Amino acid sequence: MTNQVGRDNAARLNEAGETSLAAGIPAVQVTHLRKSYGSLLAVDDVSFSVAQGEIFGILGPNGAGKTTTVECVVGLREPDAGTIRLLGLDPRADRQQVHEIVGVQLQESAFQAKLRVGEILDMYRTFYRSPADTGELVEALGLAGKRRDYYRSLSGGQRQRLSVALALIGRPRIAVLDEMTAGLDPQGRRDAWRLIEQVRDRGTTIMLVTHFMEEAERLCDRVALIDGGRIIALDTPAGLVARAKRGKTVRFVPSGPFDESLLTGLAEVTRVERDGRYVVVTGTGELVNAVVLALHAAGVEARDVRLDEASLEDAFVRLTAEHEQDQGGRL
Amino acid sequence: MNGLYTFARPGAPRAAFGAILRNEARLVWRQPAGAITAIGIATVILVILGVLPVFKQPSSRLDGLTPFQIYIPILISFSIGILALVYLPGPLVSYRELGVLRRLSVTPVPASWVLAAQLAVQACLMLIAVLIIFVVSVAFFGQHAPGNPGGFLLALVLSIAALFAIGLWIAAVARTSGAVRGISAAVLYPLLFFSGLYYPVQLMPSVMLDISHFTPLGAVVQATVYPMFGEFPPTSPLLVLAAYALVFGFLARRFFRWE
Repeated sequence: MTNQVGRDNAARLNEAGETSLAAGIPAVQVTHLRKSYGSLLAVDDVSFSVAQGEIFGILGPNGAGKTTTVECVVGLREPDAGTIRLLGLDPRADRQQVHEIVGVQLQESAFQAKLRVGEILDMYRTFYRSPADTGELVEALGLAGKRRDYYRSLSGGQRQRLSVALALIGRPRIAVLDEMTAGLDPQGRRDAWRLIEQVRDRGTTIMLVTHFMEEAERLCDRVALIDGGRIIALDTPAGLVARAKRGKTVRFVPSGPFDESLLTGLAEVTRVERDGRYVVVTGTGELVNAVVLALHAAGVEARDVRLDEASLEDAFVRLTAEHEQDQGGRL
Repeated sequence: MNGLYTFARPGAPRAAFGAILRNEARLVWRQPAGAITAIGIATVILVILGVLPVFKQPSSRLDGLTPFQIYIPILISFSIGILALVYLPGPLVSYRELGVLRRLSVTPVPASWVLAAQLAVQACLMLIAVLIIFVVSVAFFGQHAPGNPGGFLLALVLSIAALFAIGLWIAAVARTSGAVRGISAAVLYPLLFFSGLYYPVQLMPSVMLDISHFTPLGAVVQATVYPMFGEFPPTSPLLVLAAYALVFGFLARRFFRWE
């Protein structure tokens, strides 16, 4: 019976054609991935799954195992253990088919100095069956005026944009981008983000390795935080922030001396600290209002007031620090 | 393959090889040092030797050939040698250093296609060099086209295969662009010496001639000189060239790294 159902499904899939074939299966499925270089364990039992149409971020400190994970996912390295599936395909056994549907941007890959940007793009375009419109792509990445330029004359940022363009030129079902915006100026970064969102809206799944918290917060549906070769947290950016939450912080310079119990007595306030001229108040709720009103009532003015809300960066620092403490405890 | 995806056309698109080849050809055009050396310098030497009267005297020590005639196969071996041993491995090693090969290996196109394109471009330059050497020596210096064209073609193909294999072996063992320059020079100059480029080996002590026959460029000279004057090339240089092609081809395949 089960066999019969299986065969029916297979038959239906074959008739349905490419697009609906892969419906419902994860774009990327990594299970118990392990990879070491000699005695160095770079990736230690990493598992995650990326849904189709998702933008999935991999975040972590330098040397955490992000790039090794990505290199295994795109088939550049053979895992020591674990399985990887891209829309059901094995990146090493089904190499050819995988590279038809996966666009890759690698760190530290360069091109021949004396090829023109347009020549590199046109060459990569021939590698794929239904490539993207090159004009649109270079326009979106701000490379339109550079097509006649030699690769060697490009700035670091322009090279980076070219490598993003080449990752997307095959209109991939999955795009894997390693440090996509490294070396880009703020405008370039925003251009790249907008492009990635457009590409996702057209149905491409994005796997993104990044250092930029702002980038992860803006783009990613979910983020895996990797440290020491392990996933230490996997959640939405907001979920990660909430997990590491230590409330809001208000910083201000008081106009004169005041009794701290004035603030510690407030329901919204959990802690009051001094930081040079600044008073740092941690708490929840309408913290700013409560603090300013209480001080005002005592005849003290709060100057230079700043409100810090917990960001993904705080979450990142906190979660990796906790992870390292755990590691230390275990040793 | 029974993957989820089945495509009407398996394998990478054919047009991709054409595009890679076109870009490799552009690079040779824009960085013409190899072409200038292999074609230009060979032609200049040929012309200089052709106008010097002393090179027009037949010599019994050269089996009745003139020194000019003996230099035709030597210059052919020079062109093939310098392209295969310097201008083939150079770009390949730099592509590995730059990550060009690594980047290609995550596309549907095999990285080996860029290697194949390099071989094709260098082989074209070799054939152009051989053609120009013949055209110049026939048109201006009273020589004839190869008397045994079939034998000449066979010798040429084996010569190119042997030198390509050694060039690919250099690309396999050299880790950096600096290393490849050093290894290429260390291999090329002694081989040019034994080809007779600096001084005909036929005029050296006979032991030098014996050694020369077993060196790649010496064997190229040996294999190509006979069919130029109507005879089929002797077996021994053909075997020597085939052996170099096989042994170094195997070593190159065994040790070549794409990243």
